[in-house]
Amino acid sequence: MTKVNKGFIVAALLLAVAIVAPIGQGNYITYTLASWLVFSIAAMGLNLTLGYAGQISLAQASFMAIGAYITALLTLSGWHWMAAMPLGVIACFIVGLLLGYPALRLKGHFLAFVTLAFNTLVFLVLRNEEWLTGGSYGLTGMPRPGFGLFTTMKQFNFYYFTLAVTVLAALVMWGIVRSPWGRAFTALRENPIRAESLGVDTRRITLLAFAIGSAYGGLAGSLIAPLVQFIEPGSFGLAHSLRILLMVIVGGAGYFGGPFLGAAVVILLPEMLRFTQGYYLIIYSALVIVMLIFVPAGLMGMGQRLREKFWPGRQQRADMAEGARLK
Amino acid sequence: MSQFLQVMLSGLATGSIYALVAIGFTLVWQAAQTVNFAQGEFVMLPAFFVLAAMKLLGMPFWSALLLGLAISLLVLGLLFKKLIVEPILPHGGITLIIATMALGILLKESVKEFYSAEAQPFPSLFPARHLDFHGAVLSLQDIFNLVLCLAIVVSLTLFLNRTRTGRCMQATAQNPAVAEILGVNVKRMILYTFLINAGLAAIASFLITPVYLAKFSNGESLGLIAFIAAIVGGFNQIRGALVGGLLIGVLDNLTATYVTAEYRAALPLVLLIAVILVRPQGLLGTKEGRAV
Repeated sequence: MTKVNKGFIVAALLLAVAIVAPIGQGNYITYTLASWLVFSIAAMGLNLTLGYAGQISLAQASFMAIGAYITALLTLSGWHWMAAMPLGVIACFIVGLLLGYPALRLKGHFLAFVTLAFNTLVFLVLRNEEWLTGGSYGLTGMPRPGFGLFTTMKQFNFYYFTLAVTVLAALVMWGIVRSPWGRAFTALRENPIRAESLGVDTRRITLLAFAIGSAYGGLAGSLIAPLVQFIEPGSFGLAHSLRILLMVIVGGAGYFGGPFLGAAVVILLPEMLRFTQGYYLIIYSALVIVMLIFVPAGLMGMGQRLREKFWPGRQQRADMAEGARLK
Repeated sequence: MSQFLQVMLSGLATGSIYALVAIGFTLVWQAAQTVNFAQGEFVMLPAFFVLAAMKLLGMPFWSALLLGLAISLLVLGLLFKKLIVEPILPHGGITLIIATMALGILLKESVKEFYSAEAQPFPSLFPARHLDFHGAVLSLQDIFNLVLCLAIVVSLTLFLNRTRTGRCMQATAQNPAVAEILGVNVKRMILYTFLINAGLAAIASFLITPVYLAKFSNGESLGLIAFIAAIVGGFNQIRGALVGGLLIGVLDNLTATYVTAEYRAALPLVLLIAVILVRPQGLLGTKEGRAV
């Protein structure tokens, strides 16, 4: 059985679980599951930027904010979600291009710094431009979309609507990663110099990866607006961008399933660690550091390592690739 | 005019503190290829060491300062290098960057949970008097801060250029393999770099906290400003980080006073993008040549 077939079987099983999961559950659990899907989309986009193109973006929550506010403002003024969402996604794509263009001209982690500062700008605009964004009070009462007889006003229905969007987004991402473009992303991450000498325009590819990743953030944002039905600047701060980044890392950057697993851990862990109260973030960040020391490839990498323990393959040390200096 | 003078001076004083943080950041970047995203928290934390020493151990202010400095060197210098940088660096630069982000969250949340979520007053090192200079009210604290920071930068530059250890550290930053062959103890030089970074962060912490109050979230904006000061000035130069820090301090104050107070926090982004587009190696930096 080939690897692709196995992947499809796993994906089909997971999808079946996702379809069955909310049946018979209360409103709150259904809501948590839906927000897991939304954050999976955002993390999937960041995974393209980080896991495939090897660039750190610290503004995924800001892109969610852009998508959420555009969708919210348009649906509040009577547009259908299906018309508002693409605008939010395209806006994020364009902002991604504008932000990435200067940052990706240079070697080093300039995109990380630019996106870090961009968080602040987005937050300031959302808070200060009250006439548009409602300032610190935010926006409320976004309508949920309806499709003829199928309305998503009920939590249960909205979950299936989110699930459908997630599956479509995942299929598109699968196509991107498998396409010649996606192969170029991977080539770039593994060895940028070799990729360049094989004729890959590394800068353009990285820029595209970042812009597409940002557009996924916008899509997640346009889902969170009708899901929560209340958005304010504080829900899209730097802490949330870091949270999405850690989802990608914990799940396993560069693995297709990583973001889903990571988002599940980051969304569900607070529920499980509720008894630790305020210490949750302390425990969590300490766990992440320990994980990075022992299994830098995340939970998916842990699985792979277990497999390789029984069927050993070739190993390559990461510091040999780019000649990190400290011994 | 007198307002302009006031704004300039306090900008220079804050900017010189930013410069200390930016210099430490630059040194660590060069010597160990480590981009430390917890740098802001490294500046937030030492003030809390001092407060804890005063409150829990009942120490007087000046000895608490010394103890705070010592703990900072140990925790933010030695332990940071041994426990986080050394084990993670072989996994690659991005992994380490993310680990420092997680460390930043860890430090911030620990202070919030174990010390206090409220802003704490922090005693000033210098008398809070004011001088009258042609109608401008100049804070004595600002002048002391500026002088002290400049003195530290000058002595650090002298140390790096004129002493044997300093030159070994430079050799390590430039080419560790050759330095090792020439008999430089590369590991020790890298450790010195981390200790200097921790020391600079601690001093910056003691100087800036009286102005901003000690709060767990102080690191967020400080870290960002320090990174951007380092990039704006030029990453491979100490005086670059100094110029970047001073420039941001002054521009920040000028923006807040004369242009817009609401969007002053967006200034670093504007500066960063302008520098990347116009002069990517930084104002005083030299080109590194490689694009890939």
